[in-house]
Amino acid sequence: MTGRIHSIQSLAALDGPGVRFAVFFQGCNLRCGCCHNPDTWDIHGGHEASASELVEKAKRYKEYFGKEGGITLSGGEPLLQAEFAEEIFKLSKEAGINTCLDTSGSILNDSVKRLLNYTDRVLLDIKYTSDELYKKHVGCEMNKVLDFLAYLDESAIPVTLRQVIIPTLNASEDNIKRLTAIANAHKCVDGTELLPFKKMCGIKYENLGINFPFLALPEPDRETMARLNSLL
Amino acid sequence: MEHIGWNGFCGSAWKNEINVRDFIQSNYKEYLGNGDFLAGATERTSGLMKKLQSLFTLERQYGGVLDIDTATVSSLKSFSPGYIDKENEIIVGMQTNRPLKRSVNPFGGIRMVRQACEAYGYKLSEKVEEEFRFRTTHNDGVFRAYTDEMRAARKSHIITGLPDAYGRGRIIGDYRRVALYGIDRLIAEKKKDKEALAEKTFDTDRIRLDEELFQQITFLGYLKEMAAMYGFDISLPATNAREAIQWTYFGYLGAIKEQNGAAMSLGRVSTFFDIYIERDIKNGFLTEETAQELIDDFVMKLRIARHLRTPEYNELFGGDPMWITEAVGGMGEDGRTLVTKSSYRILNTLYTLGSSPEPNLTVLWSNSLPEGFKKFCAKVSADTDSIQYENDDLMRPIYGDDYAIACCVSAMKVGKQMQFFGARCNLAKLLLVAINGGYDTSSKMHIGPQMPVLDCEKLDFDEVMKRYEIYIEWLSKLYVNTMNIIHYMHDKYAYEKTQMALHDTDVGRFMAFGVAGLSVVADSLSAIKFANVRPLKDENGFITAFETKGNFPKYGNDDDRVDMIAKDMAHRFITELRKTPTYRNAEHTLSVLTITSNVTYGKHTAATPDGRPDGAPFAPGANPMHNREENGALASLNSVAKISYDDCRDGISNTFSITPEALGRTEDERICNLVSILDGYFAKKAHHINVNVMNRETLLKAYENPEAYPNLTIRVSGYAVNFSKLSREQQKEVISRTFHEAI
Repeated sequence: MTGRIHSIQSLAALDGPGVRFAVFFQGCNLRCGCCHNPDTWDIHGGHEASASELVEKAKRYKEYFGKEGGITLSGGEPLLQAEFAEEIFKLSKEAGINTCLDTSGSILNDSVKRLLNYTDRVLLDIKYTSDELYKKHVGCEMNKVLDFLAYLDESAIPVTLRQVIIPTLNASEDNIKRLTAIANAHKCVDGTELLPFKKMCGIKYENLGINFPFLALPEPDRETMARLNSLL
Repeated sequence: MEHIGWNGFCGSAWKNEINVRDFIQSNYKEYLGNGDFLAGATERTSGLMKKLQSLFTLERQYGGVLDIDTATVSSLKSFSPGYIDKENEIIVGMQTNRPLKRSVNPFGGIRMVRQACEAYGYKLSEKVEEEFRFRTTHNDGVFRAYTDEMRAARKSHIITGLPDAYGRGRIIGDYRRVALYGIDRLIAEKKKDKEALAEKTFDTDRIRLDEELFQQITFLGYLKEMAAMYGFDISLPATNAREAIQWTYFGYLGAIKEQNGAAMSLGRVSTFFDIYIERDIKNGFLTEETAQELIDDFVMKLRIARHLRTPEYNELFGGDPMWITEAVGGMGEDGRTLVTKSSYRILNTLYTLGSSPEPNLTVLWSNSLPEGFKKFCAKVSADTDSIQYENDDLMRPIYGDDYAIACCVSAMKVGKQMQFFGARCNLAKLLLVAINGGYDTSSKMHIGPQMPVLDCEKLDFDEVMKRYEIYIEWLSKLYVNTMNIIHYMHDKYAYEKTQMALHDTDVGRFMAFGVAGLSVVADSLSAIKFANVRPLKDENGFITAFETKGNFPKYGNDDDRVDMIAKDMAHRFITELRKTPTYRNAEHTLSVLTITSNVTYGKHTAATPDGRPDGAPFAPGANPMHNREENGALASLNSVAKISYDDCRDGISNTFSITPEALGRTEDERICNLVSILDGYFAKKAHHINVNVMNRETLLKAYENPEAYPNLTIRVSGYAVNFSKLSREQQKEVISRTFHEAI
């Protein structure tokens, strides 16, 4: 089975536990203002790759994975190509490789559910903690993500919540309180990571000739990140 | 005979024969814990280190050389004792009578000494000139025998850095023997070996060995006298840890007073010291703090070791290195780890004394190393960028469990094997020479077999390879024969008397050849094979540039199509070298290591089919060319791991730079991930890796403002340097290397 991917990265140490091999999927259903991979949006972009070829590649790095590492599917939105993702994870599991899914969690259909059967961990990017901000800066309802999380809880799949901290939008203590409340309400969540908003990707927008919605927003400083992290 | 110094030590084989390994195996205590037990620097240590820091600053301000004694030829007894601060030193001994003062050592060649003195505003004294007027140096001898072809190969830079004008180095004396046995016993054993020669035929080999043994015995005597100048009698075995370290250091000091070899490595001393330290701690003579002090003081002595070099030498071996390589850790053949508390203590000097390129701390990595030690090493790497790693699981089956590393990546059994160092040849230039039918467009010299320039619109892979093979055959033979002359003469005129006295008499020898430009050749051949390479000729009809159209696989992306070309090149070259017999029947070995000469090699190499412009630096060692890696760090590591250690027994060097952010979010994550990367890389049968965890920005800042970063240490190619001591060109090249970043 084949699908469209943007790229692979043989060392992805930030996308899930341990040392990981990451496949970045092509195509996304959302348009987050803070997105640092606008080049993965276009569902027709990237290039075609087969699941077996990707897993063969991942296997070449098995020795580096240690006890925790493995393969991570990111993007883009992997859930847009859930069957392709499922095939990759299925083959990975057969090869004894730990699987991790990095997603915005805005799609929950039967094929996504099948994919989750082969998923060892989900990195769930909760963009905001209010429906208003979701609608304004993501382009979907927050409930969809909460439904997805509820399903993960039901299926007892370990989850790491992730949120990009953007000054003026969600860099507040109130937001972190709401985020921890969500985390605490779901047994499956065993960790929360706050990622600082970065504008390094501005150049990608420029090259693509797309407007970078959050270009004018500041990056959070170290102190803000430390303060918010201490609240987790 | 039992000695008081041996009280409490177990085992017997080592008492009956010179056998340091057996002593270690019978007495060491493996340590499976973590670094929590370590002590920090004492006030004494910090005070002494502060003195050294100001001396280092002064040395820098003086242009890299603080002082030269131009009238005294370096030898074991030629300088009166020198101290940093006599009352406060625990381990003593210096190359000259003052710290950082360099001596002259013309035995390798007087021209280099003359030039080095002049480069720093000195003049070699008439006295030394007079002494050497009627004396043949190693350099004189070599040039008496060199053929025109050898001179041309040297001049055109197809072979560079040959040890024909300075000490060859890369020999590790088993300095531990001085401590364990005392000089008298070592002399007695050598005398026995000499007597045993009586039964042998009087042929060249035997007569040469006879004279060598005479010299070894004489210099063991000098070593004793040298120690006596510092107030120590080293006739008998050391009786405590301080003496064991001091005696061992005297052995090393004698070696670097006698020889100015390029790499003067230390060996594998920390676990040996640990046996003495643990005995003293057990008997209440030492605490953790005073044990660390001993190691600290010893390491401070190593950090002030210096040799006098010329600016041209620094181009090849940048940063004023001595390669005082100490192999740390590893596993024993019985499955116990050789990691002891003193393995931690010597790494801990990077904290107690601050980060530093010397000694060249080299961790022998095994998948079976204790987890605590793995993590400690990874932390030290992330904090200091001062250590390198080599694959113990790959080397132990070949060299046993008492081998050490000379220079950067050259493994040898301590006291049982040595090597004839042979720098390296330029494989990328050779490819261009082959295409041009024996003409080097860089040096404008005709070298090698003469034939027509390849005449075609598009380079054909098979045709190029056929040509290349002819030139590989030519260069291999020439290279071996050149080395044979060099090492014949070095043995004759600059024999390593002190170091060889600390080897078994019946010693194993390697002849270590090397290649530079492997990744350039692999990518160039890949371009020829998979893309369209059109050669462009100059007005004289020689090919000086290439037009390369289309994509081609590039080494460093875990793509077998090109990685196998790199692997095959190394295999072809060593296979070809083996066809020419070596001096003293040494075993041919090959390294893929450049030191910092990748810049110079590039400068002397015209444009290559991979798109590398005329004069641009090569990648160091076995590294992929800068920024051609498209699939991230592990793909790059996998490519290098494919080059076979069986072909390259003298080592395969890889320098790896990664930003802290790319390794993980927290310190703990970064440490665990670095351990996983090292485990994975070595499980792939890779040989060596230098690890730098840093941002390019730090280097850029240090480049703009060197004074603000005097101690910034970075691993370059099998060794580490103070970034500030590199030439501007070398600094730029280091900055341009791939930094694996977070995506």
